[in-house]
Amino acid sequence: MQQSRAETGTPIPAPAPAAAPAGEPAPTGATEIFQLRGLTCRYGGFTAVRDISLDIQRNEITAIIGPSGCGKSTLLRCLNRMNDLVEGTRVTGEVIYNGEDIYAPHIDPVEVRRRIGMVFQEPNPFPKSIYDNVAFGPKLEGHRSDLDDIVESSLRQAALWDEVKGKLKQSALSLSGGQQQRLCIARALAVEPDVILMDEPASALDPIATLRIEDLMEELKRSYSIVIVTHNMQQAARISDKTAFVTVRVENETDERTGELVEFDDTTRIFTAAADQRTEDYVTGRFG
Amino acid sequence: MSSYPGSPGGARGVPPADAGGPGGPRPLGRARTRPGEQAVLWLLWLCATISIVTTIGIVAVLVFESIPFFANVDVAAFVTGTEWYPFAEPGTEAFSTGVLPLVKGTLVVTAIALAVAVPLGLAAAVYLSEYAPSKVRQAVKPALEVLAGVPTVVLGYFALTFMTPLLRSLLGAETVQIFNAASAGIVMGFMIVPIVASLSEDALNAVPQALRQGAYALGATKRVAILRVVVPAALSGIVAAVILAMGRALGETMIVTIAAGNLPTMTLDIFAQGQPMTGFIAQTVAGESPRGSVVYQSLFAVGAVLFAMTFLANSVAQWVVRRFRQVY
Repeated sequence: MQQSRAETGTPIPAPAPAAAPAGEPAPTGATEIFQLRGLTCRYGGFTAVRDISLDIQRNEITAIIGPSGCGKSTLLRCLNRMNDLVEGTRVTGEVIYNGEDIYAPHIDPVEVRRRIGMVFQEPNPFPKSIYDNVAFGPKLEGHRSDLDDIVESSLRQAALWDEVKGKLKQSALSLSGGQQQRLCIARALAVEPDVILMDEPASALDPIATLRIEDLMEELKRSYSIVIVTHNMQQAARISDKTAFVTVRVENETDERTGELVEFDDTTRIFTAAADQRTEDYVTGRFG
Repeated sequence: MSSYPGSPGGARGVPPADAGGPGGPRPLGRARTRPGEQAVLWLLWLCATISIVTTIGIVAVLVFESIPFFANVDVAAFVTGTEWYPFAEPGTEAFSTGVLPLVKGTLVVTAIALAVAVPLGLAAAVYLSEYAPSKVRQAVKPALEVLAGVPTVVLGYFALTFMTPLLRSLLGAETVQIFNAASAGIVMGFMIVPIVASLSEDALNAVPQALRQGAYALGATKRVAILRVVVPAALSGIVAAVILAMGRALGETMIVTIAAGNLPTMTLDIFAQGQPMTGFIAQTVAGESPRGSVVYQSLFAVGAVLFAMTFLANSVAQWVVRRFRQVY
C-alpha cells in the first residue's frame, strides 16, 4: 500500500507493502477537520475497508473515488457514524473530528450527526411539505420563532429558494429529482453542520441537475467542509481539492474483498501525476 | 460460416433463415389452438364472477326481505326511534321499532374495542417493525396471528367468565352488570389487535430505509425518527388497518351475544347492558320468530343497517388509503 500524505504534499513512492502510519503522531492543526487513523470497518465477519489513514482539510472538497464495491460509501458513513445503524458493524481505529475521536465511548452519535450532515445517493426528502423538510432539523434543536428565516436562508444556500418560494407548503415529492436533491442539501444545511458528507449526490440526476449541484458545492465550501464519494472521475477532477483513491483488494484464498486506500493527494496530482500505477490506471480509464 | 465444415448447406447450427424443423419454419399465425387455455380462462372468470354475484345476492336479499318490514313500520320511526321492541303485536303500545338503541350498542362496543386495540396494536407494530431483533419478529408475528384465529365463541366466554368478574372485582359489582358492553368491547379489542398490529407493521415496514437514514443524518434520535418520519409516512396504511379492524368489530357477533346482554338501551353507561345489532340478530334467530312475522322481517332491516355501516367503513378506508397515500 502506498500513501502520499496530505501534509507533506508530496507522494512517497516507496513500495512499502504494509506501511501503516497509524501510530505516527499527527499534527493537530486547525486546518484538519478529520484525521483518520487506521480506520477499519467490518460488517459481521467481512472487512469492508481496512486501515485507512488520511487527513481531511477544512473548507475543502475532498473526493473519494474508486471502483464499485471498494467500500468508499462505507468509509464515508464512518465519518458520521451512520454505519452504527447497520446491525453487526464494528469500527476500529480512530476518526478524529476537531481533535476528538467520534468513536470514543462517551461520544453521542446523534450529536455527531448533527454536526456532520449527510446527503444521500438517491434524493430522500420526507413525504412532507418543502417547508417541513427544511424545518425538520431545526425543530429538533428547539427552533420555533426563527424557523421561517432558517428555511429561507437554507433554501437560498442550496440555490433552490427562487424555484420554491411560492410553494413552500407543497409536497417535497412534487419537485423534480434535481430539486429534491437540492432540497436534501438545504435540509442538511438547516442544522448548520460543520461538514457535509455526500454519497454520490448526483448519480441519480441528469447532467444539468448534476452541474447545478456541483456549482452549489463550489459555493458551499466557503462555509463548510465537504467530503464527496463519487464514481464519476470527471466530477472528482472538476470539483475537488483533494482526492482519495480507494480500491478493492481481493484475498486469493478467501475471496474476501476489502477496500484499501491507495493514494491520497491534491486532485491535480492524482489526475496528472499519480504516484501509484493503480491510481493512474484507474483515472485514465484503463481499469474499473 | 465456413467454420462449420460438417454441416453442408448450412442445415444445422448455421443460421440461414430456412433452418427450421421439418416442414420449414414455423408460421407466425395462430397455428395451433390451445384447448386447455380457454377452459382455464373460463374457470377463472367464473370464480371472479361468483364472488361478485354472491355479494350482489346478499345485498338483494337484505333489501327485498326488509321491504315488507317497512310496509308495517315507518322508515322515519325506524331511523330516529330510541326504543326497540319489535316482539310485541304491531299497533300495540309496547311495539316500538327505533333502531338507534341497537346502533348505539354496536357503536359503543366498537368504540371500546378500538380504544383497546389501536394503542396496543400500534405499539406492537412499532416495536416489531422498528425495535425488535429479527428473531423476535419472526417469532412474535405468527404468534400474534394465532390470536386472530381464536374462535370468537371462546372469546365470548372469556369475556363473560373472566373479564366481567375482573371488572366487577375491580370496580364493584354494583357498578358493573353481569352482562355489559365494556367486557365485550375489551375482549373484542384483543380480538382485533392482530389486525391492527399486523397491517400497521406491514405499513411501517414499507417505509423506505432511506427516510429513516435521512432523519438520522439530521441528528434525529430513534424515537424522533419513528414518531416524526416513519409513522407519518405509514399513516395511510395505519388508518386503513384501523378501519379494517373497525369493520371487523362492527360485524362481530359471538362475543356480544354472549357477554353484552340482550337489552337494547340508549344508555351510555358502558358497564350496563347494551345489545348491539349483531347480538339482536343472533339472539332473535335462535329464538322463536315465525317466518313472515314483523320480528322476522326486522332481522333483515337491522342486517341492512349493519351492512350499510360496514360498507361505509370499508369505503372510507379505501378513500383514506388513496387520498393520503404517500408516494415515497
